Amino acid sequence: MLRNETPAALSAERLAAGRARLDCRLPQVDGVFADCLRDALDALSPAGVDAYLDCARFLGRIGRGAEPVLAFLEEWPAVARSVGEQALPAVLATLQSFHKSPNGKAIAPFLQSLAAVSRRLAAGEPLQHYLDLTLRLLEQTSGSIHGIHKSFASPGLPDFLVQAPTLLASLSIAGLKNWVDYGVRNYATHPERQRAYFGLQSADSRAVFRRERHGTLLVDHERQLDLYLRALWGEQALFVPYAVGIEAASLASPMPPAQPYDDAGGIRLPDVLDDAHGVSGIDRYRAALAHIAGHRRWSTPLFADNCSPMQRLAIETFEDSRIDTLVVRRYPGMQRIFRALHPRPLAGACDPQRFSCLRHRLAVLSRALLDGEQEHSDADVRDFVARFRQALAGGDASSQAMADLALAYVARTRRQGDQLPEVYFTDTLVDYRDDNRPLWRFRERSDDEEMFAENRPAAATAEIDRLPPRHYPEWDHHSQSYRPDWVSLYESLHPAGDAALIDRLLDKHAALARRLKRLLDILKPQERVRLRFQEEGSELDLDVAVRSLIDCRSGVTPDPRINMSHRSNGRNLSVLLLLDLSQSLADRVRSGDGEQTVLELSQEAVSLLAWSIDQLGDPFAIAGFHSDTRHDVRYLHLKGSSEPWGDAVKRRLAAMQAGYSTRIGAALRHAAHYLAASSAEKKLLLVLTDGQPSDVDVSDDRLLIEDARKAVGELDRQGIFSYCISLDARADEYVGHIFGHRHSVIDRIERLPQRLPELFMALTR
Amino acid sequence: MTADSEQYRVHREPFYRQQGNEVALYAAAYAARLPVMVKGPTGCGKSRFIEYMAWKLGRPLITVACNEDMTASDLVGRYLLEAGSTRWLDGPLTTAARIGAICYLDEIVEARQDTTVVIHPLTDHRRTLPLDKRGELLHAHADFQLVISYNPGYQSLMKDLKQSTKQRFTAFDFDYPEAELEATILAAESGIERTTAAQLVSIGAAARRLKGHGLDEGVSTRLLVYAATLIRHGVAAGDACRMALVRPITDDRDIRDTLDHAIDATFA
Repeated sequence: MLRNETPAALSAERLAAGRARLDCRLPQVDGVFADCLRDALDALSPAGVDAYLDCARFLGRIGRGAEPVLAFLEEWPAVARSVGEQALPAVLATLQSFHKSPNGKAIAPFLQSLAAVSRRLAAGEPLQHYLDLTLRLLEQTSGSIHGIHKSFASPGLPDFLVQAPTLLASLSIAGLKNWVDYGVRNYATHPERQRAYFGLQSADSRAVFRRERHGTLLVDHERQLDLYLRALWGEQALFVPYAVGIEAASLASPMPPAQPYDDAGGIRLPDVLDDAHGVSGIDRYRAALAHIAGHRRWSTPLFADNCSPMQRLAIETFEDSRIDTLVVRRYPGMQRIFRALHPRPLAGACDPQRFSCLRHRLAVLSRALLDGEQEHSDADVRDFVARFRQALAGGDASSQAMADLALAYVARTRRQGDQLPEVYFTDTLVDYRDDNRPLWRFRERSDDEEMFAENRPAAATAEIDRLPPRHYPEWDHHSQSYRPDWVSLYESLHPAGDAALIDRLLDKHAALARRLKRLLDILKPQERVRLRFQEEGSELDLDVAVRSLIDCRSGVTPDPRINMSHRSNGRNLSVLLLLDLSQSLADRVRSGDGEQTVLELSQEAVSLLAWSIDQLGDPFAIAGFHSDTRHDVRYLHLKGSSEPWGDAVKRRLAAMQAGYSTRIGAALRHAAHYLAASSAEKKLLLVLTDGQPSDVDVSDDRLLIEDARKAVGELDRQGIFSYCISLDARADEYVGHIFGHRHSVIDRIERLPQRLPELFMALTR
Repeated sequence: MTADSEQYRVHREPFYRQQGNEVALYAAAYAARLPVMVKGPTGCGKSRFIEYMAWKLGRPLITVACNEDMTASDLVGRYLLEAGSTRWLDGPLTTAARIGAICYLDEIVEARQDTTVVIHPLTDHRRTLPLDKRGELLHAHADFQLVISYNPGYQSLMKDLKQSTKQRFTAFDFDYPEAELEATILAAESGIERTTAAQLVSIGAAARRLKGHGLDEGVSTRLLVYAATLIRHGVAAGDACRMALVRPITDDRDIRDTLDHAIDATFA
């Protein structure tokens, strides 16, 4: 930083020269110019000051009023301090791009947030990346007519610029880029939603934000922490995250950050923790849990009514120190973590004339207790460290003993300044410790304590008449990432019709059924199969043994494989048939005796298949699906896996109807969750579909195909074999991409009733 | 099998610490020649207990580790072909019944159910073993006793004992020893210090609490002894625990990380 003139010595001459160079007649500038110039002279080199004034002049002349000039004059010196004044040309270029596009209104918000953004940039991340990202957003969201010039301002850009500092507090530039890309991709053509997204108002905006955060996310480690609590402490609890990202940042309140706490609703933990002081995020979670588990094990509640807030603070400090000591006694390895995480308040950092110092004194003491420091410069600290150690020397001590010690401490160290309204907070918050709410009991109820966890009469809730939706992610092949909880799937039992219809269909195919029956008999499981010619087996195979003996007697080398054993050859297979019930099922096709709809043919085929599988005795479920946008995918149960093939199932099959679209990915995932629960050795998911995946709210044809492909990959990983039977003659283009070689395309749909059972048998032979 | 009972004797006292009054109870069961079943998780000291009792009672001990391929003739005996003739060879169960040994069928459920049925006539008032291939009805020696062990925890439903088998035995339930006792056992078996032994036991307890949450079975006393032995041979405590306690029992990342942390937290 160059310092060419002391601020006080800003000469009238220099001021006049600067004002002349600025050459701006806006009256609002006069009021602040002297201060800004003084600041700039302090932060910038002489050349930098000139460039600063030139840039401000440019802003004064673009006809956007005083706002941009003022913002720039005020903000730039601070930006230059964070990222260096050499960034000015790039910023100027960005401003010119704003000016040339219809986004002139975004110039002021851009400049106003620039200082905060540059402070938040992680070390080593150049401002240029942020500028590039902003320009790209501008480019992609500004609307144009006839595709030539940008003619509409980007709706989301001003909101984005306002949120940028908040976002950068939790995201790296790369994370921010992903977040912006997601918004651009999904809401480029929808101004209101775009604004909601970039203003961090919409749910998925927040969801993507959470996903992109750096640090250790609670959701990803919940199981590990649960195991930790069980294994090391024999405790269990529900973990409830509280937000430390957006909500906390946007509150912008002077409140200290929230602490973990433990109440009837579970253990509340921050939803994300960064590595800090050489302690990994997961170890910070473990430290918090160890402390809470320590309280559960060793603390007894105290009555709060007779203590002043200061006394309570002191009691909590002593009690926390006792808990930490006992935790370390049990698991010595925690000491390193506690010591690294506990702040190191400097003795004497708090001025007792200006602040209430009790909190700071207690933090100093707490640090000394944790370090077991006996040579502390402060006599009171020395004395209480010794008394604390003595109290814990013989055993675990008790909460009451700590309370007595704390009250003695408060009485001994009381200062006049403790009553001052301003409390000294720096370095006093021990963030792995909880807020000690279970430590206190109240004889009298008061309004100022939180009573959320108390039992309150539950509001009468209506009886739920259908299952709540399940949410499934969807794969977005553009970003190569999942859209979290994107699809809502509702499941229900398929409505019932007339079972006689299915019986008639089966009668029609009686000849085919007889042929299938012969095939089925071959497939029927043979429970025990004899394995002969075994060197080791469960019993002697007498024929072979005698032959060997004869060989032996006649001097020929005998065959040693004289045993046999058995192998059970049971079919251990669970099958789920997933039917596409979309509108295209209503198409008509020519078949032998006139015209039929695909639906009727499917009903015939499915009935025959269900009958065949019933003959084989494999567990078999049938379900259908269709979708009407991502908010309403319906999954209809036609036959449960253990339900017998009977009238109830036939009635449901008879009522099958065509309608809506084919969002297959979510249906596959839902079917997989049923199959995965089955304990069968082999799991087969048969998909019968007549068209490519599509839905009314998706304009990109590839999107749902790629999602289905991804879903099939997920099935493979769960050990579920998926197989697609497509009735779409043009299916080769996509079905191979989704299912690999595990598909058949049935060109002559009228042969479906015969082909479907045959295919199944071929697959499971 | 040869009928030389000397080789089946337990000559040195096996190390065993009583958990309750099982020694007296076993002695009483033996005095009445009642068949005994010992149940409990793997590596908690079932086999050691039987060995100890055989030593204490001064009886030979014939142990058979059961497996799926074992047949009745593996227990009872079979004919062998010799040049020009055949020869009968007693199986371990027959040998034990002849010489009056304690016959210990370890992990009996591993054997197929039709195999285990051959022990039935030996385990009730008849105390006989029909050797039908040989045309002999063997009356068991007065000192003969049958003991089986099984681990009800990890086997599948398919591998439970038949009621008709179960109801022929008196039974002991074994579990991992209490922390105090287990530490004593570790110290005595491996020769490590008492404090280290107690730390190992606390890690074992941590792992046992995860049973059913991703672990099929907790860390056995046997594995703790392995870890203690490694430490005794100069391996760093953390490495020994990872090698003997964590890696053998799990491939699950979350559990591994949690137990690794438990080790680091315990041995600081």
